[in-house]
Amino acid sequence: MFVFDTLTHRLKRGCETMGYPQAPAPALPDRHGGALRVDAAKCSDGCQQCVEVCPTGAITRPAGQPLALDLGKCIFCQACVEVCPPKAITQTNDHRMAVRNRGDLLLGAPGQEEVRLAAALDKKLLKLFGRSLRLRVVSAGGCGGCEADVNVLGTIGWDLSRFGINYVASPRHADGVLVTGCVSRNMSLALKKTYDAVPEPKLVIAVGACAINGGPFIGSPEVLNGASAVVPVDLYIPGCPPHPLTILDGLLRLLDRLEEGKR
Amino acid sequence: MSTPPLSSPPAAGAFTFLANGTSLPWADLPEFNAPDLVRATGAEIDRGARLCAWFGVPEGDATRLVAVLAFDADSTLAVARSTPVRGSYPALTVTHPQAHMFEREVWEQHHLNPEGHPWLKPVRASNTAGDAPAVGEFFRVNGPEIHEVAVGPVHAGVIEPGHFRFQCAGEEVLHLEIALGYQHRAVEDILPGGPHRATMHQMETVAGDTTIAHATAYANVLEALAGTEAPLRAQWVRAVALELERLANHTGDIGALAGDVAFLPTASACGKIRGDFLNLSALVCGNRFGRALVRPGGTRLDLEAERATRLLERLKVALGEVEAAAGWFWDAASVRARFENVGVVFGPQATEIGLVGVAARACGLVRDVRFDHPTGWYRFAQAPVAVWPGGDVYARARVRWLELQRSGQFLQEQLAAAPAGPVNEPLGPAAPDTFAVALVEGWRGEVCHVALTDARGAFRRYKIVDPSFHNWTGLALALRGQAISDFPICNKSFNLSYCGFDL
Ligand code: SF4
Ligand code: SF4
Repeated sequence: MFVFDTLTHRLKRGCETMGYPQAPAPALPDRHGGALRVDAAKCSDGCQQCVEVCPTGAITRPAGQPLALDLGKCIFCQACVEVCPPKAITQTNDHRMAVRNRGDLLLGAPGQEEVRLAAALDKKLLKLFGRSLRLRVVSAGGCGGCEADVNVLGTIGWDLSRFGINYVASPRHADGVLVTGCVSRNMSLALKKTYDAVPEPKLVIAVGACAINGGPFIGSPEVLNGASAVVPVDLYIPGCPPHPLTILDGLLRLLDRLEEGKR
Repeated sequence: MSTPPLSSPPAAGAFTFLANGTSLPWADLPEFNAPDLVRATGAEIDRGARLCAWFGVPEGDATRLVAVLAFDADSTLAVARSTPVRGSYPALTVTHPQAHMFEREVWEQHHLNPEGHPWLKPVRASNTAGDAPAVGEFFRVNGPEIHEVAVGPVHAGVIEPGHFRFQCAGEEVLHLEIALGYQHRAVEDILPGGPHRATMHQMETVAGDTTIAHATAYANVLEALAGTEAPLRAQWVRAVALELERLANHTGDIGALAGDVAFLPTASACGKIRGDFLNLSALVCGNRFGRALVRPGGTRLDLEAERATRLLERLKVALGEVEAAAGWFWDAASVRARFENVGVVFGPQATEIGLVGVAARACGLVRDVRFDHPTGWYRFAQAPVAVWPGGDVYARARVRWLELQRSGQFLQEQLAAAPAGPVNEPLGPAAPDTFAVALVEGWRGEVCHVALTDARGAFRRYKIVDPSFHNWTGLALALRGQAISDFPICNKSFNLSYCGFDL
């Protein structure tokens, strides 16, 4: 009986892997908000309200200069969006946020209202990693949030392995390191050793506000404010934690696996 | 100043009592000299109290010790402090092992030596190079047949870092020592002088899978300090979010346990359903882990009627699915055979080391803050406490399953019974020189936050105790006499937090 019950239930559940990226992306929760957009031209003179509420110092506005928002430091608390009188900072409901260069997360300058999304790897690396990318995940001072949503990509709903991307146990089997967490001092040696054990050429992917720049713990004496303090980063995926869709988008973007028109 | 003479052991009730989520002036905490505080605390534990927190408050170049105890049967907390001490004091751990980790922590944070402590070593501090925790000497078993297995800090799966040292005779584990501290972010060190702008967000990420419980404990502390009560509707929203957090994590754990015994139908279904529960939290606040929902004075967002209806509908579907997925699991004799009598923590051991939460209830101990020390919405509505005897992997899985069902039922009832009104209340300033305690039953167990303010009402000391702080010792005991290959299911059945412990 038991075997048949299990089979029936299994058949009833059907295929649970989502259609994305062939089908449209699953909708973000309505209150999620997605990436931020900054129209610094809308700022009123001398207004500092967003600067004052931002918990991580992601927003700066030195006297006489335009507003600058660093999406890498942002933990998406929405405080600035709520407080901004002329609505210079807004949310886009866009899940796409991954970038290749740290500077591409700096918003506010003319023409830089939104993040400049990651370009794919160069030809040589694409040939190596484009169809098979193995990642050793290192949690280095994370809260467990990013780790959980990185893990979620491996479940049947997202099924990361259909893209040839897998998490592996040994750095020797890996093509790169995926880092989460603000990199506590106590994890710096372990992160360095893991990175060193990955054969060249290798990639580093920083997932979450912590791994990019320290997240909510930026400035704490026991943290190194992100992965780049220890290893060179090739892809930054903002969020606290990033939605699984945001992480997946970043990985697919890097491997040039998103079809034209879906970018 | 000379040391005051030792008085005779204090009579029962020499502690000051307060209710969960309340405050009292710092000056009103009864004062003992340190040896007397140790004795008095021991006496209260003997009378049935549990040690919720034991920590130091710096005073000049000395330290005052503070004890927070819970009398579960009376729904009261008992607190007391010592006069300022320097150097050393007689260890409480010698007679009451549940103080073991607390006294190591006090030694590390305040350089106070608990004299006679059987195993004094770092908890999470850095080594001199500052690039790894200074874990100290591992316990070693000697003998020609003994071999040592070292695992971590970077583990095989996508999990947080920690180091495990097994002393084995063949397959059998004689002793497991767990060395943590890799995730140490100095949470407690950056709180004095606060709350700062980032504090609320740091509380939400003390342990990211327990966002609602830690955020609620923090909010309760600030509300107790300010004498502000969050509106009823906010308390209702918090309870809904807390139970959703429980459902998601328990589902994930059942799936992970199934995965470790290669029972894949349940493992894959639960992995997916866990996500469905997380998405329900995101429906409430936009974030799958419940960030930016709980705020001191209430909640940032309301759960409007229409949203609650949608939530209820999706909840019923997810509960139905998890019911089916777990059904296969419990029906499988192969699964039960693998879980039964594996990783046993005996009831008396559980009491002695002060287990909390799921791990305690799986040893037959009736311990649940929602029931024993209700605050917020739990004063009006309660889910029954889920208890299972046995103390083995099976019991811990079973308690999760019972809680899933009961929290599911609770949520369905509560979602249909929303109180009207606003969801936040302006928070007054924190009272100066005041001491506040809040306990919240997170999905792993008791989350304890304690604050002491200075003359300006800023934090002078803030203490956080994640349930994992009590429970890691439980995992070490559970492994005694087990095969080392049983470690994964033992570990998953506890599923403790590294960052919540490392702080
Ligand atoms: S949403 Fe980001 S930038 Fe805005 S206040 Fe919060 S952390 Fe700062
Ligand atoms: S970025 Fe946010 S979710 Fe990710 S580890 Fe840091 S605090 Fe946790």
